[in-house]
Amino acid sequence: MPRVPANRFKAESDGVSRRTFLAASLAAGGGLLLSMKLSLPARGAAPAISREVIGAFIRIDRDGRVHLTMPYIEMGQGTYTSISMLIAEELEVDLDQVQYEHAPPNDKFYANPLLGFQATGGSTAVRASWEPLRKAGAAARMMLVAAAAEEWKVDPRSCRAEKGEVIHGESGRRLSYGALAEKAAALPVPSEIPLKERKNFRLIGKPVKRLDTPAKVDGTALFGIDAKVPGMKIATVAACPVFGGKLKSVDDGRAMAVNGVSQVVHLEDAVAVVAQHMGAAKKGLAALDIQWDEGSHATLTTADIVGQLEAASQKRGAVARNTGNVEEALADAKTKLEAIYQLPFLAHTTMEPMNCTVHVRKDGCEIWVGTQVMTRAQSTAASITGLPPERVTVHNHLLGGGFGRRLEVDFIAQAVKIAKQVEGPVKVIWTREEDIQHDMYRPYFFDRLTAGLDAQGLPVAWHHRICGSSVIARWAPPAFKDDLDFDTIEGAVEPPYAFPNMRLEYVRHEPPGIPTAFWRSVGPSHNIFVVESFIDELAAAAKKDPVEYRLALLDKAPRAKAVLQLAAEKAGWGQSLPNASGRGVSVQNVFGTFMAQVAEVNVSKQGEVHVERVVCAVDCGITVNPDTIQAQIQSAIIYGLSAALHGEITVKNGRVEQSNFDNYRALHINEVPAIDVHIVDSDEAPGGIGEPGTSALFPAVTNAIFAATGVRLRKLPVNQALLKAE
Amino acid sequence: MSAMAFTIKVNGVSHSVDVDSDTPLLWVLRDVLGMTGTKFGCGRALCGACTVHLDGNPVRSCVMPIESVGEAPITTIEAIGESPVGRSVQSAWLDLEVVQCGYCQPGQIMSATALLSANANPNDEDINNAMSGNICRCGTYLRIREAIKVAAKSLSSDIEKG
Repeated sequence: MPRVPANRFKAESDGVSRRTFLAASLAAGGGLLLSMKLSLPARGAAPAISREVIGAFIRIDRDGRVHLTMPYIEMGQGTYTSISMLIAEELEVDLDQVQYEHAPPNDKFYANPLLGFQATGGSTAVRASWEPLRKAGAAARMMLVAAAAEEWKVDPRSCRAEKGEVIHGESGRRLSYGALAEKAAALPVPSEIPLKERKNFRLIGKPVKRLDTPAKVDGTALFGIDAKVPGMKIATVAACPVFGGKLKSVDDGRAMAVNGVSQVVHLEDAVAVVAQHMGAAKKGLAALDIQWDEGSHATLTTADIVGQLEAASQKRGAVARNTGNVEEALADAKTKLEAIYQLPFLAHTTMEPMNCTVHVRKDGCEIWVGTQVMTRAQSTAASITGLPPERVTVHNHLLGGGFGRRLEVDFIAQAVKIAKQVEGPVKVIWTREEDIQHDMYRPYFFDRLTAGLDAQGLPVAWHHRICGSSVIARWAPPAFKDDLDFDTIEGAVEPPYAFPNMRLEYVRHEPPGIPTAFWRSVGPSHNIFVVESFIDELAAAAKKDPVEYRLALLDKAPRAKAVLQLAAEKAGWGQSLPNASGRGVSVQNVFGTFMAQVAEVNVSKQGEVHVERVVCAVDCGITVNPDTIQAQIQSAIIYGLSAALHGEITVKNGRVEQSNFDNYRALHINEVPAIDVHIVDSDEAPGGIGEPGTSALFPAVTNAIFAATGVRLRKLPVNQALLKAE
Repeated sequence: MSAMAFTIKVNGVSHSVDVDSDTPLLWVLRDVLGMTGTKFGCGRALCGACTVHLDGNPVRSCVMPIESVGEAPITTIEAIGESPVGRSVQSAWLDLEVVQCGYCQPGQIMSATALLSANANPNDEDINNAMSGNICRCGTYLRIREAIKVAAKSLSSDIEKG
């Protein structure tokens, strides 16, 4: 099992377990229960869950309407539906009986138990909520049943809850939740909250229609960019094209002459044009004559950064794992292999470009945005405006894609700075060019690997040194400890294989002039490519079949072994393929989920790679919404394949060279492979599902290219020139 | 490129707008008329998020100057469900749970509706040709393809039923 630390973004010293998270909320006292009673102190001994925790997630009106508050944001991953299912399962209501709403920013009530504050990311939502939100639903149901039993003067055990009603078994009497809500609110929170057994689930594990989709097919869904505030103006912005550069001067005469332009706002490192509509704002921006002080990165190129990483990777790093004695085992090995693997900077390119609407007043600030980090959005605006956080209202919206980009608040900070200079509300929209050239990027990694094989070709030593940026060190500094963080090493520190001697090191090197951030499948987005490619090299050196070779190393990892066997079987592993075609495999255990993928590719004489099919086997524990799991894995595979084949951000003269979908490509419908997803039935606790499909895809494809061509790709994206037939 | 009043007909309703003649239709719809169903994705006709129908044909509103619209009627996602083809596309989208983040889907639905209006029984190649200008970063493509086929089937059975 992966060691996912509870509250993983806090230092261990102030870490809080899920249980203490609940108890801590109780200790604060008071709370909201079923919408009726505010600030009621909990009675009796400390229960496992408090009124305020229940009330934060569930509100039942007198008319029986059930409101569920969504602590996680919806960015396409289906979380509104999955989270509603967890609560509704135990509350005994159907999904069509509930209404849901975005949670307001509040770390006390809506902290993600795995992350330590209110954030959606790292494929954590279901994992983090699995127990607490089912318990919240169960506790509320028990209190409603107790209220009915009191009303009828019967034993609560003779009553049951069903579809928003409590029913007395013998008499058949019924009372709706609405009728019981007020009475229930006065009752104590049960101290023991038993949860349903899996065999009794009505909703969990069934393919359920998503709650957020109807509004997304008729144009009524509201994303951040769709915010409408009376009197709102529209602005677009140009930040210094070189990261770290400053605004020197700007001639805004021609911009101000554009019809509809009302103002040009100067920031320290950017210029914004404010107008009646985006058409005028863009036209105004194009008419500006801007002089930048480009600063110290004005001549930076990708090669400079890679050169620095290469040099840094020569040094010994912080030791993340040291098992056995790698040096001795390497000295004794029959065969020794060495390789360098490199992964590029990547942009996120969410379909909805970065945007944020802000109204700064003397006494308060309102923000309309789609963000993965509500409370950070709030505190960012508070610090820029000098207002207390409670004076900053954040209206969250649907996210037109997140992929890690909206875990950052750079664009929110910038919009608040602009809004401070504008009278009335202003919506700041980045052009696609700005979105790509001022993204925060998946780091470039430069990894060194060494392995030793015994006479049978089995690995006796495995040495992996990661070199690159730590996103955690900037994003959650307390979690960067002893020169290590859990994210940068995830997927490399605990490979599923039995290596008798293994060392993992990490050399942190921050690239100059290019900010780094989380990107879908985060640390594993790089580690799984490296580990699963290199194990494939070991198999080839041992002249063994890649699946057989892996299986032999998985005796102590039965779940990994099972998904690998299943994927191989479903993919027809071993069956013949046409010339210049090949199958490649990967297996991983990340985000609490076991997954194997088999990719089938064809490589043309010109070196063009066509991925024909990807077969995926997944064991993500108990499934909540299997239809969402299918969709998320298809999604993650296609996201990964776009990057594997095309994704690369490069820098020249300090500037990101890519600018739009023509030179930072995404897969189109005519390029997607067939994708078969096979879900393993499992009783284990749920694992994450939004991201594992992306990390597993990279090595499956490059290993398939190796099978098809004999060319080992140790660098992404796929370089067609290396694959041309001689 | 002076400012002047243009009258455009959107979803059957005439609107008079006072903008520069080179203003893209997208921003007139979104920012001037407040119809935010049509989305901004790239500004250069590279992603299809802004697709609307002009006289029934799919166009990228982010690069269509208001002056070139003329009197041609515009249909957007907000009204596409009023046509039988649009309605069946939306319904297939929901039946197959196509949508993830949903941001590109108005454009996808507009392109798919235009395809099915011109070709009642598209094959995979037809679908590729009509849909390859619409990017979806959530990668809903496999379900989009299926949903187009489901919508085609439901439309043809509607016709058979008369």
